Amino acid sequence: MDQIGASLRELHEMDELALRRSPVHGLCPLCKLIVTVTFIVTVVSFPKNALTALVPMALYPVLLFQLSGIPVSACFRKLRLVLPLVLAVGLLNPFFDRAPLLRVGEVTLTGGMISMITLMVKGVLCLTAAFLLAATTPIDALCAALRRIRVPETMVTLLLLTYRYVGVLAEEAAVMTDAYSLRAPGQKGIHISAWGSFLGQLLLRSMDRAEELYAAMLLRGYHGAYPHAGTKPCVPKDAAYALCCVAVFLLLRRYDLARLLGSLFVR
Amino acid sequence: MHMADALLSPAVAVTMYAASGAAAAVSLKQLKMDDDVKRLPVMAVTSALVFAGQMINYTIPGTGSSGHLCGGMMLSALLGPQAGFLSMITILAIQCLFFADGGLMALGANVWNMAFYGCFVGYYLIWRPILHSNLFSGMEQRKTIRARIILASIIGCVVTLQLGAFSVVLETSLSGITELPFGAFMALMQPIHLAIGLVEGLITAAVLVFVYESRPELLREVEDMEHHDGKRTLKTTVAILAALAVVVGGGLSLLASSNPDGLEWALFGNAEAGYAENMGLDEEDFGVKSGIADAAASIQEATSFLPDYAFPDSESAAGTTVSGLVGSAIVAGVAVLISMLGGFFRKKNAKQH
Repeated sequence: MDQIGASLRELHEMDELALRRSPVHGLCPLCKLIVTVTFIVTVVSFPKNALTALVPMALYPVLLFQLSGIPVSACFRKLRLVLPLVLAVGLLNPFFDRAPLLRVGEVTLTGGMISMITLMVKGVLCLTAAFLLAATTPIDALCAALRRIRVPETMVTLLLLTYRYVGVLAEEAAVMTDAYSLRAPGQKGIHISAWGSFLGQLLLRSMDRAEELYAAMLLRGYHGAYPHAGTKPCVPKDAAYALCCVAVFLLLRRYDLARLLGSLFVR
Repeated sequence: MHMADALLSPAVAVTMYAASGAAAAVSLKQLKMDDDVKRLPVMAVTSALVFAGQMINYTIPGTGSSGHLCGGMMLSALLGPQAGFLSMITILAIQCLFFADGGLMALGANVWNMAFYGCFVGYYLIWRPILHSNLFSGMEQRKTIRARIILASIIGCVVTLQLGAFSVVLETSLSGITELPFGAFMALMQPIHLAIGLVEGLITAAVLVFVYESRPELLREVEDMEHHDGKRTLKTTVAILAALAVVVGGGLSLLASSNPDGLEWALFGNAEAGYAENMGLDEEDFGVKSGIADAAASIQEATSFLPDYAFPDSESAAGTTVSGLVGSAIVAGVAVLISMLGGFFRKKNAKQH
């Protein structure tokens, strides 16, 4: 139950966060999507040693966290899943690239150290940006935005239905796991003798449920397209937000703001 | 195996998006032609099930560790490769958006690494040929089919996971992210995924055999196999697999050699404009021998000698400098200030309500 329960809680938490009200939640989903993608591409395009030039980019998530009132802790709990892989790839950089790049007092920073930290910062920034998009936009609105950039109807409906059913089936799997572990005390997971039947049972039941679901959809007038009701129109304010953000990102990519600022104080 | 955004360069990410997008478009078209669109709820529920199935721990006998389910092979055996591919895309999209597993920009690469190989390669080159082969044909029909399902699941999961792991290595190396040499990275990834693939294959086999025994009509290829048996031989299967290896290997090495410097890509094409300045920078560094202290000194010198910050010397080693560090500290201060202000205003609002 633990693991499935935790995932379910995470999913519900995201749903709740997305339904809050704030200036960020009120923005047009399409503009938010565009800004998020531009942010991620810009961050990733920084050279591997440009650690300090990357730092000003962190102002975007900081601002959004504050404007939207999304708790930072909710985001950083998710980091634990992704960071290990990024770390594992970057971890050996200090051993392969030992060319000293910078000396601050007695400490010499090598190229490998800088590139490892840069990689981690990039990873955290991209993750935060994607999290902020998902946490401030309900899935329906996100799907409507995808429709507007001409993602095929089939894909969007599939995404929406799958998202709805992940919750339902995960709950069912959690109940089954609970029941199983109560009958098999002291056992960590599903025993090999039940590998097939455990998920298989759930699968067969779900397939039947899907047939009923489709019949129900047809009876309610489904004809191959899901109407996206109540989508927010894109008002000039939204367009201005998107344009400003994209312009600032490009400027920060072009000019190293951190160094410009620093040069005011250091020779 | 989910790749994060930071592990890819934009060029590689866009290429992978294009490749996965093309495969998705072809799949959609095929589905519409077969009028399979009406099976949308079945696809959605099955992919939700795979999602839930991936959260379940399976105890691996003899070891303390646990294994998980591999989605691609199972989905394409149940839904067919096209519908399976689209279902995998939605699973990966939800994982990346709501569970922070994989990145938004890396989605294209993740779809390719996990869904494309698992669904198309797994189905057309492994699942179907093995089910139609005359392997195990000496036994009773049910046993024969069961043995073929087990074999196809295990080989399928192992091979597709190996291909996926290889792609992760290739994409990361082409992006120029890691200093780890290509060979060492591969030696790290492939064996791990061999073990994972074996366990995932066993779990997939167990589930598919269960489905076969209770509702064989749900499995692709099994029904028409019961009517005419043994269309392809083992030889053809092996030949197909060998051909695949040659195509993949050859194609990849071609790609690698035409881009020896790892697909360098900058948002601003400054090759022409920044040329003169770059030359100037070289002159600054001209007399430097490769001694460690000398190099450090020269970089510091180079940066303090150049008061003109207008050009990005980001391609040079001096991406990080002292003034950059100072500036970063200032920016960090601003960030803290914003956070404090945000907290202050929220508290004020809360009091008013």
